[in-house]
Amino acid sequence: MNKPIKIVINNFDYYYNKKQALYKLNLEIQANEILSVFGPANSGITTLLRSLNRLAELNPEGRAEGEILLDGKSIYDEDVNVTELRRRVGMVFDVPTPLPMTIFDNIVYGPRLSGVKNKKDLTAIVEESLWQAALWDDVKDRLGMPAMSLSGGQQQRLCIARVLALKPEVILLDRPCSGLDPISTAKIEESLIQLKEKFTIVIAPHNVQQAGRISDRVAFMLMGKLIEEGPNEEVFANPKDQRTSDYITGRFG
Amino acid sequence: MVLVAIIVYILIKVLPEIGWTFLSQSPSDMGRGGGILPTIVGTLLVTLLAVVIATPFGIGTAFYLAEYTRGGILTRIIRFSADSLAAIPSIVYGLFGFIFFVTQLGLGLSILSGGLTLAFMILPTLIRTAEEAILTVPQSYREVSFSLGATKWQTIIKVVFPSAMRGIVNGLILSVGRCIAETAAVVLTAGSALHMPKSVFSSVRTMAVHFYTLASEGISMPKAYGTAALLIILIFLINVVTNILVNRMAAKGR
Amino acid sequence: MRKFKEKLSGRVFFALAFSSISALALITVFILIKGLPIIGKIGLSEFFGMTWAPVSQNKFGIFPMIVGTVSVTLGAALIGVPIGICCSIFLAEYAPAAVRNIFRPAIQLLAGIPSVVYGFWGLIFIVPLIREYLGGPGLSILAGAIILAIMILPTVISISEVSLLSLPRQYKEGALALGMTHWQTIKSVLLPSAKSGIVAAVILGIGRAVGETMAVILVLGNAPALPASLKDSVRTLTTNIGIEMGYASGDHQEALFATGIVLFIIIMILNSTAQYVTRKKH
Repeated sequence: MNKPIKIVINNFDYYYNKKQALYKLNLEIQANEILSVFGPANSGITTLLRSLNRLAELNPEGRAEGEILLDGKSIYDEDVNVTELRRRVGMVFDVPTPLPMTIFDNIVYGPRLSGVKNKKDLTAIVEESLWQAALWDDVKDRLGMPAMSLSGGQQQRLCIARVLALKPEVILLDRPCSGLDPISTAKIEESLIQLKEKFTIVIAPHNVQQAGRISDRVAFMLMGKLIEEGPNEEVFANPKDQRTSDYITGRFG
Repeated sequence: MVLVAIIVYILIKVLPEIGWTFLSQSPSDMGRGGGILPTIVGTLLVTLLAVVIATPFGIGTAFYLAEYTRGGILTRIIRFSADSLAAIPSIVYGLFGFIFFVTQLGLGLSILSGGLTLAFMILPTLIRTAEEAILTVPQSYREVSFSLGATKWQTIIKVVFPSAMRGIVNGLILSVGRCIAETAAVVLTAGSALHMPKSVFSSVRTMAVHFYTLASEGISMPKAYGTAALLIILIFLINVVTNILVNRMAAKGR
Repeated sequence: MRKFKEKLSGRVFFALAFSSISALALITVFILIKGLPIIGKIGLSEFFGMTWAPVSQNKFGIFPMIVGTVSVTLGAALIGVPIGICCSIFLAEYAPAAVRNIFRPAIQLLAGIPSVVYGFWGLIFIVPLIREYLGGPGLSILAGAIILAIMILPTVISISEVSLLSLPRQYKEGALALGMTHWQTIKSVLLPSAKSGIVAAVILGIGRAVGETMAVILVLGNAPALPASLKDSVRTLTTNIGIEMGYASGDHQEALFATGIVLFIIIMILNSTAQYVTRKKH
């Protein structure tokens, strides 16, 4: 475990209006690992993920306190370019959200924004991203089709490919398999395990089993507080906190 | 059924009347003879002017309301006034246009006055329909776009606008239809001169006004029927063509 | 560069919104400025008085026109609303998809037909019928009401149909599962639940009838006097403006603006009611 630290979360609070969603969070995320942040609904996991790329601030009532460092630099500093940050920290949402355009256009949406115009380069990006997301064989003959015509699992892998096309450093996945069948889920998990070679992955798994299957380290959250974190095997084999153990063994949640 | 009867009745009376001469010639003898070309030109010019002026303002306002304000009291007031103004009788717009553009600004009875008045008239409808369309674009599209590193402007242009296109175009068509059909506001502002317009300062007679004049003064029933039929056909064509266009555009997206 | 573009686009949108809103405010203010002085000058009681004789006696009483507008609109609503609601129930609940697909664009098209065409049709078709069977000149409240009833149909049908179709399917399935017949379901479950939408449709339809000018100008006869029966000729607020604006000046012109204000207020009230009714539901 001597991978470099990618993200440091320091005393991080988050409020919606007066309601506090995150309490004094402290967490380190290592490069090239898969970190699962799990817990029951309304534990603040989505808020945490959305704070990492500052998407949470789209909600006008939200307010962040404390700091989050990406490669040692605070992402809430004034001189941070938010769009640049979001490109470095990509995100996949809980429901597949293809934009209403073709498969090809979906994937090159990000690269085009950052100025890639050459058709050849774009095609190369599309092919590479689709390979990485294990979708290339499914769609290589119909890149010009509307993305909405794909199945749910394919749509979600398209969304992963779309994030990969940004060449991000960190990928956030917010319950990416919640609406998917077991086969699609397995395919996505498989590609995630391969992707960690190149990226840092933070995932909110849709259940405890998924956390156990794919993570290097896990963090358990409850009602906006971080209860416990540690290497996968350790936390699942002997949780230090009673609440973690209750949740893992299915006593609540 | 009654409604269909109206259309059929007028169309039957008319078919022999519409011919190339009817479309391509100027009227003679107060509209008793000849064709109605100047009124077609007048209708198109006034409508075009109104739509060209009103569209950027209408759509811009809609985007401002939907994307840049946070639904405060001000937004609600604006929304309510737009709704109310959309329902104000066209004759009131005519009244306003007559005093403001024709008299006050000295534009006279002209294409310009007519177009501006109609632009004011369709503006509230344009704003509301476009805003509705923008608000129905799923929030997730915006989130995805932001998460992929797009700025607000890029998100609006590349994602929100194309998705809302269908609704915006529908509102536009509605407005074009209203302009073409409008009589009361136009007769007060564009006048009823029966010759080819030379510039935007010329007075013109639109088809609807021409029809009204022919019918109410009993000048020529056959010509009146012809004009009415042409109006209906025009509106029908606009409906059909845009429906096809919009469906095709929508099909590309999903 | 990008930051600049971002700022600029925000500013442009704001500028567009600001000018549209000022334009709309301009209309309101302008009509008020033009119309209010005359009301102050002659007083409210004369303004709502019985006599409209702008040129000969300098009298500007709009009461007959208000009666005209109300009677014609009411007539139109009495005829048009039941038919419209029945049509929408038929389209939403009974009509097969094929029929619906023909009807919907047809209704859209009818909403787009110039009002003056409706008026003309009334003039050559309805007016002679009334003259022949009921006597009188034929140009009458009745003729106007019939034409307006037809004209508000598209509005009433399409909005009530939408509100019927947007009801959750469970309402209907629940009622049918309780052993109600289709008609009982419509009557006791669907219509009450869609009530606010239907009421809004009716109010908007009435708004359209109040604001209509060219159709009624052709069939009402336009006499600025109190009617005694449905067969009498009347003048509405809108036609009053439409007929006299072309040659009015001075006080007369201002009186027409004042008529505009009255119209404005009526529409505002109708619209607020419609909005209130639809909002109450949520």
